Order: sequence, then C-alpha cells, then structure tokens
Amino acid sequence: MVLITRKIEFSASHLYHNPNFSAEENRRVFGKCNNPHGHGHNYTLEVTVAGEPDPVTGMVLDLKELKEILEREVMQRMDHRHLNYEVPELAGQIPTCENIAQVLWRLLDPKITRGRLHHVRLYESPDLFADCYRNGAAAAGKQ
Amino acid sequence: MSSALKVELGRRYRFSASHRLHTAHLSKEENNRVFGKCSNPYGHGHNYVLEVSLSGDVDPATGMIANLADLDAFVTDHVLEDFDHKSLNEDIPAFRDRVPTTENVCIEIFRRLKSFPKARLERIRVAETGKNSFEYAGDNPEGNRP
Repeated sequence: MVLITRKIEFSASHLYHNPNFSAEENRRVFGKCNNPHGHGHNYTLEVTVAGEPDPVTGMVLDLKELKEILEREVMQRMDHRHLNYEVPELAGQIPTCENIAQVLWRLLDPKITRGRLHHVRLYESPDLFADCYRNGAAAAGKQ
Repeated sequence: MSSALKVELGRRYRFSASHRLHTAHLSKEENNRVFGKCSNPYGHGHNYVLEVSLSGDVDPATGMIANLADLDAFVTDHVLEDFDHKSLNEDIPAFRDRVPTTENVCIEIFRRLKSFPKARLERIRVAETGKNSFEYAGDNPEGNRP
C-alpha cells in the first residue's frame, strides 16, 4: 500500500460560542476565541489517500483529480468564509479543529473513489492541529 | 466519538535545552567513537519541538477533545518548566544515569504527560533539529500511526 498526501491552504474566520452557556461560561471555556466578532486563521489541510498504484499509470489516484475534489469540496466551501455562518455542514457545532476535520473527512470520504481516504490533518496554526483516521486504520496501515 | 472515525488533537510546544551524550559505562575513546561531537565535555544545545497527540471524545458542548488551556497548563507544569533553558544532564533527574538522547527524552516526556486527566495520550514526537525527530507511544499499539 502507498500513501499519497496533498496539501491545501484556506483562510477562514470563526468564533467559539455555545448558546447554551452563559456569557461568563462562554468566556471561561473559550477565552478569546469567544470574542463576538470572530477572528481568522490560515488553515492547512493535508489529505492522505491510501492505495495500490495502478500498474498502467503508476498512480494511486491522479493528483489532478484529488486537487479538483479539494477545490470543489473544501476551497469553494470554506476559503474566505465565516465557518460559523457560511458552512452549513458546521451549523450548530463549535468550529474547532476537531469538528472541522471530521466535517472534512465526511465530505471527502465519499468523493475519493480511487484509493481510500486514509488520514486528514487540519492545522489551524503551525502549533495546533487535528487528525482524523478511520477507526482501526492504524492497525490496517501497519500490515 | 463516532465509532467510524478516530479524532486526535495535536499541539506543538518548543523548549531549548543543552545536553551531552556521554556515559560513564564507556571509556573516553568509546564515548568519542559512539557519540562524536555530541560527547564534547561542556555539552551543546538544541531548540526542541515537542508534539503531543491526544485522543478522546469530542465534547459536543465545546467541540474539543481537551481544552487547550488545560493541556497547555499541564505541559508547562510537567515538562516545559523543567526542560526549557535547562541542562538535561544536570537538571533532569531521569538523565543522571541515562544518556539524554532524544529517544530517552521522548520516553521521559511521555512518562510525564501520560497522566493528563482530560484525554488519552496517544503519542509524542520530539524534533531535536529540523532534520531529525523521534516518536514514542508507550505501550500503545495504535499509537504509532503512519
């Protein structure tokens, strides 16, 4: 099995606020991420697909195809958007790295038909990121 | 947590420390042969990058596996306060009788962080320089992911 990874960057704004919390609780739990007018990040997304290279083309999947999937599913949906207000898949969720990464996984997984989605890593900053794997994929990946 | 997906939170920290790779179990010549310039008597330093990976349920109320304020405070108290701007050989008791290679630094930091109460410690990675890094997942068979 071979893993191939493509990286993209998008910029978006967000804020953390739970309407079931009091103002004080929101402040205590989320700190400055609760500032009412939001703030933004340059997100970096790494998408890893696992598979066997096609014997004819030598490719797990055509990177151009993956690039188009990422453009359509991620860039058009999230780049230069407000994640709380403009991304329906995140409605009702706190747009943390953990939640965005899961949304991205669920958007990408059914679209990747050559090879299999193996790993999604979303960086909110160089020092903070979330990873998504299929449960049990690590053991499979070791075979 | 959804049973289909495993989610991890990763956080990076930085500390700068000095060390000397040298063991009393080897002769001077052997130390020089094995450790090279890393065995120079007064030690040298690195800017280390520590990467901590946690797993757990994503709390629907907060969207978080663990609150970063809790994690940052724990890592600061248990690792950074002791390691940053210190001599690993002189200031960290674990390295009095163990060579402070980054392999051993990984094992010591993992031991210190394993008791983080808010999530499961999956693995840590320590980069000694931009060119080499080391990972340790304790006895967690799922911890070393590709």
